[in-house]
Amino acid sequence: MRRAGFLAGAILTALMLLAALVSLVWTPWPPDQIDMARRLAAPGAAHWLGCDQLGRDVLSRLMAGARSAWLVGVVAVGIGLIAGTALGLIAAARRGWVEALILRASDLGYAFPALLLAILLAAALGPGMTVAMAAIGLHAVPSFARLVNGSAKSWWARDFVLAARVAGQGPVSITLRHVLPQLMPLLIVQGTTSFALAILAEAGLSYLGLGTQPPQASWGRLLAEAQTLMFEAPQLAVAPGVAITLAVLGLNLLGDGLRDRLDPKELPR
Amino acid sequence: MSAPLLEVRDLHVHLPGVGGARLHALRGIDLSVARGERLALIGESGSGKTLTALAIMGLLPDGATTTGHVALDGRDLLTLDEDAWCGLRGRRVAMVFQEPLTALNPLQRVLAQVMEPIRLHRLAADRSQARDRAMALLARVGLDDRQARAYPHQLSGGQRQRALIAMALAGEPDLLIADEPTTALDARLRVQVLDLLGELVAERGMGLLLISHDLALTARRVDRLQILYGGRVMEQGDAPTLLAQPRHPYTQALWAARPRLGAGRDQPLHPLKGNVPALTQLGEGCPFAPRCPLATARCVDQPPRFDGRIACWEVSP
Repeated sequence: MRRAGFLAGAILTALMLLAALVSLVWTPWPPDQIDMARRLAAPGAAHWLGCDQLGRDVLSRLMAGARSAWLVGVVAVGIGLIAGTALGLIAAARRGWVEALILRASDLGYAFPALLLAILLAAALGPGMTVAMAAIGLHAVPSFARLVNGSAKSWWARDFVLAARVAGQGPVSITLRHVLPQLMPLLIVQGTTSFALAILAEAGLSYLGLGTQPPQASWGRLLAEAQTLMFEAPQLAVAPGVAITLAVLGLNLLGDGLRDRLDPKELPR
Repeated sequence: MSAPLLEVRDLHVHLPGVGGARLHALRGIDLSVARGERLALIGESGSGKTLTALAIMGLLPDGATTTGHVALDGRDLLTLDEDAWCGLRGRRVAMVFQEPLTALNPLQRVLAQVMEPIRLHRLAADRSQARDRAMALLARVGLDDRQARAYPHQLSGGQRQRALIAMALAGEPDLLIADEPTTALDARLRVQVLDLLGELVAERGMGLLLISHDLALTARRVDRLQILYGGRVMEQGDAPTLLAQPRHPYTQALWAARPRLGAGRDQPLHPLKGNVPALTQLGEGCPFAPRCPLATARCVDQPPRFDGRIACWEVSP
């Protein structure tokens, strides 16, 4: 069962990545091509998932949306992971007031509502994909920082770190050679799970109009546009909804599977 | 006679306790180790042996305060800053730990971990030279090529301890501190590891500070002994002299408590009665007084008198 879940997660994630990559070079139709003659066309041989209210091919837009989701996900998780890990490692290595400062700042970050952060950034920079990436990324920093700090401290207490200190290694070298490598399983799992959250958040922000702007395709925008046509063409809302669900489900299954696989306690001795 | 390699005089360490209390953990330790000399610090858990080692290495936990004098080759160690320490640790003083599995990084091959001090202290011109030196060291402690390239979890306890010794030697230290290096090993391996340490000390002219709770095992493999209890030196001397006639009641009890081979089942063990006092319970008097058959009121009230060999009021010099 665990194995099936991991496999399903891996396949779903791979499919989503494939759709995003293929969309860079090929989509069934140009995703932004408007053709009023095909307006709200039902799914068929030419347009597998039908067309939207402007006659754009839904499958093509879905694939282009996967690209936005991955781009935002990678950049946002990248911001959270790199900044959060760095802060967490510094706090664990320095302790004392540095750690206290970083952890209190993280608490502050936690307490700050994510949506408010996105609205503030949108007001300052103008809504767009950059805002979505920055807001989601910044919001992920505190959780990475806390997680890394907690785990890194437990590794700092190990004998082999003491052995490295006895061998004359300084805190930077110990952090990079002895602490960070131990955190990799944790970071991979947390990164995967955050990726799912980032995709969901991107869809949410785009739905609210704070993220990806038209005519760029995004799953959240597809949902928002389909909303007004719920009774005329319900399939328009189903396609991006299913895409978001499957992407988040796949990434979570993958994350759980990786957690089981990378748990050092379950490695053969 | 030239100055000893390591000299510790009147070392006191206070540790932070619960609720801001200060615990007086080391109460005036004096010791010295010359090049090529093997000194064993013997004591039960909580007697202060490991703390002494950490104090010498400058690795006491946060909040601990140290007074006294610790010098390596005449250089005062208590006033060093962290940068100076990083150049000294591993290079001049190295340490072998008690638990070989946790003292090795589980994600790095043994060879890489032995190369680390060599690279860190720039003892080799390049990577391949460092690798050769590490391989030679591992071979010296008895690990072959395949074992050198193994991860710690693929090695046995004895092999891991050998790898740790190679790691400690990699910086070519003048002083080797071995903190209970044999506790995690089987009886047969203990003797092997101690003999290996002895050989290496002789080969390299290092000083060895061996920390152990096992008087019977270590006594014949070192030059001098110091018996610690409650943060004080109870008795010290040349190993043969001290063993021939242990004089302090604590040493006598410790010696009597050792299990003997071929003693027969009907021969009872002679454990010491009572427990090692907690740091919070230690007063100014002799720490062994509560368990000592000779103790008087003076022992409880006043610090024991040290005559150069034993710290005791009741045993006459």
